[in-house]
Amino acid sequence: MPEHVLLEAHRIGRRATATGSWLLRGVSLRIRAGQRIALAGLSGSGKTLLLRSLARLDPIDEGQILWRGRSISGGRVPEFRRRVIYLHQRATLIESRVEDDLRAAFQLRVNRGQPFCLETILQWLQWLGRDADLLQRRSGDLSGGEAQLVAIMRAVQLEPDLLLLDEPTAALDPQTAEAVERLVDIWFQQQPDHRAMVWVTHNPEQSRRVAGRRLTLQQGELIEADL
Amino acid sequence: MDSPYVILGWWQVALASLLILINGVISASLRLKMERTLAVAAIRTVVQLLLIGMVLEWVFRVERATVVVGLLSIMTLVAGFTAVQRTSCRYPGIWWNALISVWVSSWFVTAYAVMVVMGSVQQWYQPQYTIPLMGMILGNTMNGVSLGLSALIDSLKSQRDRVETLLALGATRWEAASGPIRQAVRTGMIPLVNMMMVVGLVNLPGMMTGQILAGTRPIHAVNYQIVIMFLVASSAALGTVSVVLLSFLRLFNRDHQFLAARLESSAPPH
Repeated sequence: MPEHVLLEAHRIGRRATATGSWLLRGVSLRIRAGQRIALAGLSGSGKTLLLRSLARLDPIDEGQILWRGRSISGGRVPEFRRRVIYLHQRATLIESRVEDDLRAAFQLRVNRGQPFCLETILQWLQWLGRDADLLQRRSGDLSGGEAQLVAIMRAVQLEPDLLLLDEPTAALDPQTAEAVERLVDIWFQQQPDHRAMVWVTHNPEQSRRVAGRRLTLQQGELIEADL
Repeated sequence: MDSPYVILGWWQVALASLLILINGVISASLRLKMERTLAVAAIRTVVQLLLIGMVLEWVFRVERATVVVGLLSIMTLVAGFTAVQRTSCRYPGIWWNALISVWVSSWFVTAYAVMVVMGSVQQWYQPQYTIPLMGMILGNTMNGVSLGLSALIDSLKSQRDRVETLLALGATRWEAASGPIRQAVRTGMIPLVNMMMVVGLVNLPGMMTGQILAGTRPIHAVNYQIVIMFLVASSAALGTVSVVLLSFLRLFNRDHQFLAARLESSAPPH
């Protein structure tokens, strides 16, 4: 079992911009390669804030975040975010057609060295039992679940090391939720010793299916919980 | 010696004011309840223009650099702060960004106009040139800055999810914000481009009309107007680009994070 730490948060804290009160404080977490973590917690406990902070999408007011032992700032942030991708509950597609949306990720400077691989996408769609016609559809015509599948495909085609999934199936029907779980599993199983994920979910059944470790965020503190 | 133009006295002003009564009649007959507002607006027009007339008389008489620079500074301050008034949302530092953008672009273009384009003026601060030029340049720059600023803020608010998604996929702050930035600069420049497209066809600009009324040969007035159009267009473009870029730097930090909370926490205009 590999033991190297991918991402480490050390006593991180975040204040509310308007009031200055602490929304998250003193949270520490180590994510090792090979770990699949389910994160639970009451609404408003700071799960989204924690994941966004880990992805360096939001500034933190105290503490430190290390990626493979090094702090991340300035020009290194885009490369870090290519490795650590945060996915929101509500998927946002950035282009008007699905295939263009998938290709758009490779037009970013940090991803330009990688080629878009249509065959991989078609294979994933086949494994998920989805029609290849999905690629030609207009993004605006997709259901929430289809959009979420596209958003996850757009992320995992970049071969990130860590996925931060913020309730990706919360608003989806069971079949689509299962497809999302399968897609994430396909990505993870490609390099199970080198990849990791944190999956925010309120569903204990899902926690057992997708994760090997369960954490609960309670009053700004992470508590190890049984699966 | 006879004046080359008709000098209007109080009597003529009173005759013109009769026309405002027509607006009052329209308001009363359609029950628009705008009679009072119209009266206040008309009185404000008279009082404000009389005041500025007296100030300009004094500035033209003393003709000193400090006085001219002081007046231009006040005009610039008012333009800078007015440019922020129309934004739907504000962020900390917006006033400085607007003021710096209006100040730098309009003063640079006015200085270029007075010292380079009109190289034959006696002194660089000659109020006959600097004040009207600055007035026209400031008015248009203020509009450009205001439109560009509003468009950027509205666009970043409406496209927040898109911007965040791009950042999450590894986009730099510039890549993530380039769409709203382009849209904002375009919005700030469109009115002037439109104006240049139809000038002389749809309307005769005020400055050119004024010069013709004052007895200047139309062809000379046209040359002035062309110069003015280019000056105001360049200043508005510089001001718009400046305020959009300064805002971008306030709303996206060096760690490529979109500080959207700065927009949310700002107070809306009245």
